[in-house]
Amino acid sequence: MSQAKEPGYKDLPLGALILDAGNSEKYETGGWRTFMPVHDPKKCTNCLLCWILCPDGAIIVKNEKFAGFNMKHCKGCGICAEECPPKIKAITMVKEKK
Amino acid sequence: MAKILALTGNEAAAYAMMQINPDVVAAYPITPQTALMQKFADFVADGDVDTELILVESEHSAMSATVGASAGGARAMTATAANGLALMWEIVYIAASNRLPIVMPVVNRALSAPINILCDHSDSMGCRDAGWIQIYSENAQEAYDNTIQAMRIAEHPDVLTPAMVTLDGFIISHGMEDIRLLEKKEVQKFVGEYKPPYPLLNPQHPVTYGPIDFHDYYFEHKRPQVDGMENAKRVAVQVGHEFGQKSGRTYGLFDAYRMEDAEIAAVILGSTAGTARPVVDELRQRGIKAGLLKLRVFRPFPAMEIAKVLSGKKAVAVLDRSLSFGAQGGPLFCEVCSALYNEGHRIPVINFIYGLGGRAVEIENIQEVYQKLGKVAKTGNVTKIVNYLNLRE
Ligand code: SF4
Ligand code: SF4
Repeated sequence: MSQAKEPGYKDLPLGALILDAGNSEKYETGGWRTFMPVHDPKKCTNCLLCWILCPDGAIIVKNEKFAGFNMKHCKGCGICAEECPPKIKAITMVKEKK
Repeated sequence: MAKILALTGNEAAAYAMMQINPDVVAAYPITPQTALMQKFADFVADGDVDTELILVESEHSAMSATVGASAGGARAMTATAANGLALMWEIVYIAASNRLPIVMPVVNRALSAPINILCDHSDSMGCRDAGWIQIYSENAQEAYDNTIQAMRIAEHPDVLTPAMVTLDGFIISHGMEDIRLLEKKEVQKFVGEYKPPYPLLNPQHPVTYGPIDFHDYYFEHKRPQVDGMENAKRVAVQVGHEFGQKSGRTYGLFDAYRMEDAEIAAVILGSTAGTARPVVDELRQRGIKAGLLKLRVFRPFPAMEIAKVLSGKKAVAVLDRSLSFGAQGGPLFCEVCSALYNEGHRIPVINFIYGLGGRAVEIENIQEVYQKLGKVAKTGNVTKIVNYLNLRE
């Protein structure tokens, strides 16, 4: 990436503050993944525990139903797979393919 | 009308804090700062201030609470000494990096070990690279005056950098003097209202303090601190001048005492400057052209200004009340030498380490400094760069 596009020190807010709220959306944590979650819609009961507990808000919900992962932000922590109820286990973690 | 009260240095600093009336003070007691906070707690109990006084469980917490309050938008203060400052260390850096204009009296005391409660400058000197402005006081009056001025300097929009005001433990903190106090409303007017640029407690404009910052931005985020510190030099002079108009006591970056035609000069921080003044006067009576440069603002270091005052002197002695192990001398010595070198002055400079752990510095010790200085000036030869004053061999 070209250095010239990045802001210089005089352009930054003092004290390393972040002044625009909610800008973590711009920070893509998807690149951190070693394992990725894979969802089985046949097992899923749409309890949405995974949506509540995902630390990155990477579970997409539509019409109150599980609708996929936001892979730009899913960092592959596996919390969703761990927290999906034991008798259901609709999410499994598999090694990320490069 | 100014009021004159007999106060110790600790009480004088506490009076300054009371008259500033900060929103939040968080503190933990440590000798010799304890009496300062005790006096301030009296003001809180008596309803003389609106301050929320938070009694914490350690100095690490004192600085953390002060940082939190300041980030929240409050005018926040604390005070400490020695091992207390050492325990604050991690958060001392964070206060500066977050550009929080906290003002903290530091009652100079030796660092352990061996355990010692008496004065030296190893505590504040140890954190000279933490990013705080450092203003050294010669006496209780200056501790009072500097605390008030530090608030203005730290909060200036071009500076936004925390400031330590030092006072020598026991020598100043527990010694009683006549202190000329300003009226509270004069102080209130002088410091004005603090308008934090980005208070954390503003739901209209939510901001994030202290985010993680890697190789891609950390460097760019540190660099502006250098500018803030550099600007503090100009602002300290402005504020010192304005304070003079109010109080009759004008302050600069340092006090050049009988320096103009001086041939030999000593550079000193803190209360020892007061011991050196009569020595200079006595030498002058004997026709010896001695001078004294009492440094007030150590951070930012007024290098060019000091080099200018010292230029043309035949020999200079720098007195350090702290050690810098493995360095070429005490911290003040190294700064003064670089300043002279960078400005192209090749003057013989000698260093005296003195007063560690409260070791007395008497008139005769300072006389010894000027005697040695006279010899160096005569011969131009420095046989021993670093000397230890009043140390038993
Ligand atoms: S926790 Fe499991 S069952 Fe519940 S919505 Fe998520 S994937 Fe479906
Ligand atoms: S792996 Fe972690 S980040 Fe990714 S969707 Fe599951 S809980 Fe969220």
